[in-house]
Amino acid sequence: MAKLTIADLKKIKEKQHATFTLREGGYRAKVTVHMGTCGIAAGARNIMTTLMDEISRANVEDVITTTSGCAGFCAREPMATVEIVNKAPVKYGNLTSDKISEIFREHVMGGNPVEKYALVVGSETTY
Amino acid sequence: MEKYRANLLLCAGTGCVATGTPKVRDALKAELEKQGLADEIKIVLTGCNGFCAEGPVMLVYPEEIFYQKLTVNEIPKLVEEHFLKGRPYEKLMFKDIEKKHAIPLMNDIPFFKLQVLRVLRNKGMIDPESLDEYIARDGYTAAATALNEMTPEEIIKVMKDSGLRGRGGAGFPTGLKWEFASKSQADQKYMLCNGDEGDPGAFMDRSVMEADPHSVIEGMIIGAKTIGASKGVIYVRAEYPLAVERLQKAISVCLDSGLLGENILDSGFNFNLEIYLGAGAFVCGEETALMRSIEGQRGMPRPRPPFPAHKGLWDKPSVLNNVETLAQIAPIILNGADWYRSLGTEKSPGSKVFALTGDIRNVGLVEVPMGIPLKTIIYDIGGGVNKKKKKFKAVQLGGPSGGCIPQELIDIPVTYEDIVKTGAIVGSGGMVVMDEDTCMVSTAKFFLEFTADESCGKCTPCRVGTRVMLDMLTDITEGRGKEGDIETLQDLSKDIIATSLCGLGQTAPNPVLTTIKYFGHEYEAHIKEHWCHAGICSDLCSFHIVDDLCKGCGACMRGCPSNAIVGEKKKPHRIIQELCLQCRSCYDICKFGSIEIRPALETKPEPAVKDEEVTT
Repeated sequence: MAKLTIADLKKIKEKQHATFTLREGGYRAKVTVHMGTCGIAAGARNIMTTLMDEISRANVEDVITTTSGCAGFCAREPMATVEIVNKAPVKYGNLTSDKISEIFREHVMGGNPVEKYALVVGSETTY
Repeated sequence: MEKYRANLLLCAGTGCVATGTPKVRDALKAELEKQGLADEIKIVLTGCNGFCAEGPVMLVYPEEIFYQKLTVNEIPKLVEEHFLKGRPYEKLMFKDIEKKHAIPLMNDIPFFKLQVLRVLRNKGMIDPESLDEYIARDGYTAAATALNEMTPEEIIKVMKDSGLRGRGGAGFPTGLKWEFASKSQADQKYMLCNGDEGDPGAFMDRSVMEADPHSVIEGMIIGAKTIGASKGVIYVRAEYPLAVERLQKAISVCLDSGLLGENILDSGFNFNLEIYLGAGAFVCGEETALMRSIEGQRGMPRPRPPFPAHKGLWDKPSVLNNVETLAQIAPIILNGADWYRSLGTEKSPGSKVFALTGDIRNVGLVEVPMGIPLKTIIYDIGGGVNKKKKKFKAVQLGGPSGGCIPQELIDIPVTYEDIVKTGAIVGSGGMVVMDEDTCMVSTAKFFLEFTADESCGKCTPCRVGTRVMLDMLTDITEGRGKEGDIETLQDLSKDIIATSLCGLGQTAPNPVLTTIKYFGHEYEAHIKEHWCHAGICSDLCSFHIVDDLCKGCGACMRGCPSNAIVGEKKKPHRIIQELCLQCRSCYDICKFGSIEIRPALETKPEPAVKDEEVTT
């Protein structure tokens, strides 16, 4: 292992940034994939996988994903809620891999909710 | 780099490992793989989380949900509910005292909410075996600053301004200690760490070494630079295998990456660090004895002066700091003296780690600001006495060198200067809580047994004096106490304190003195009435059933090992005194409080029939 310099300390810290955003808080956006029985049956797993691939590919560190239970609107599963800090959360329904990719690019990264897929603005309280 | 959507920080401190972390980890890993979540959710083993009473414990990020008492059987359900379906699993959450509802978030649980984390800043937050994770939390930034941008004088000034006092027990100002050693001239100096924590019921230093070994190493690098030491030793007792293992790994990764060894962080400063295993003698926590032990000699203190800052290890100037002291050096360098003083009091700034044990609900490790009332630690953080119907009686602070603080003084602020007024000491931070069923004479005897055993034998007052005191206490607890014993104990205590060389002898009588001071009536009852109110000293008590309170449920009868209890169902039972062993099991079993403890019977009644008279 090469000897560390002060610059290396900073690099290591930056590299670990995403992990510690998760543990210390301070994220910019949170995407919740609803994974009740209905969501899973409708393909929510696939949505989660796609989303994580997108985050990984975009190499962003301030976006976290989490799961929650059934949103109560089983007919429109799979669903996801996008929360940008200090903005109202937006719920999307009838998702597919392509749709969640688009939502990730436009809403999570671009800051513009994708109205054509949006169900509603607002969210029930989650933990 | 792999991305994870959740991190599971599973406690792998000694406490949680003992309660089942390894099995839980395997089950969790297998279940995550089964559900196809292994790539999304990362398991991290951390050092002691502090809430040992509820172990094994786990923190789930990003939600910060706290799970406790994990078992292998619950894992599949937990994974399905929380990690697959996103429904935090209430069954494994912390329940508030009335057991009415679950508290999901860690920082809503009083045990965590009231703590401030400085020494324990990384507990349960990082993997103690990962250098990168330590660096991610500003690790080694302070060392870099100290090595490259600060002179020893500047570091000493920050340390003195911060007012940090040694956390090993004596509370000596750290900045001053460093200044003395820094000014000593010598071809070789040593920076030493005292990890020889040996008080019964104390585990602060062990937890720091296990949870955050790099914080200790970083403190030592900064100290070494300040005093000009190129060599260092961490003295740890061999009974702390996990701490030793983590420190060893940390040292070797530091050597590989140039954080120890030659030219650290391009500063031109060299520092080599090794571990020395102690065999677990209590006296080796004393600095001169510890240094002798490292030199390969029998661990015995020597008179000071010369102080170690002038003549220490191998007769070279040395600084010995306690683990907890060293762990807070880096944040002080990074944030400054004023930041450090923002907590605590004028004379006792900062925070202190305490190990809560004994008859307390939330056994564990806590860090609180200095000056916090003792009551807050015991009731709000500690959750009070662990048995519902029992009352708090006293808390032993400072281990065998400390003293008992009774219920009346529980509002006292926890600072070096206030605690010392009670006759106890802050010490290294062990807090043993005792409920009303504790016999204070036996407690004093227990601690004195420890110190009498651990006395190195150099000073006669300590070697012989503690033994004489112990014999007297044994006599008192076995019914051979005499008038005047209390005064003799106090006199002996004064002599031992005045004439012993080191801290062991100078503090050994403290538990006896404080229990006499606050619970003198118990000593008198033992001696004059042959009555141990708590029913602990079996020669000094007798057990009786109060007819009015007895429901005749038979529980005591079934629990009695000597079949000394007789009676019909739903009618008051009776204890046959000549069969009773005073084992106290009926007292502990009875839900109605119908067992009364009275003085020892003068003579045991002969035939069982006569026992009829011995009722209320």
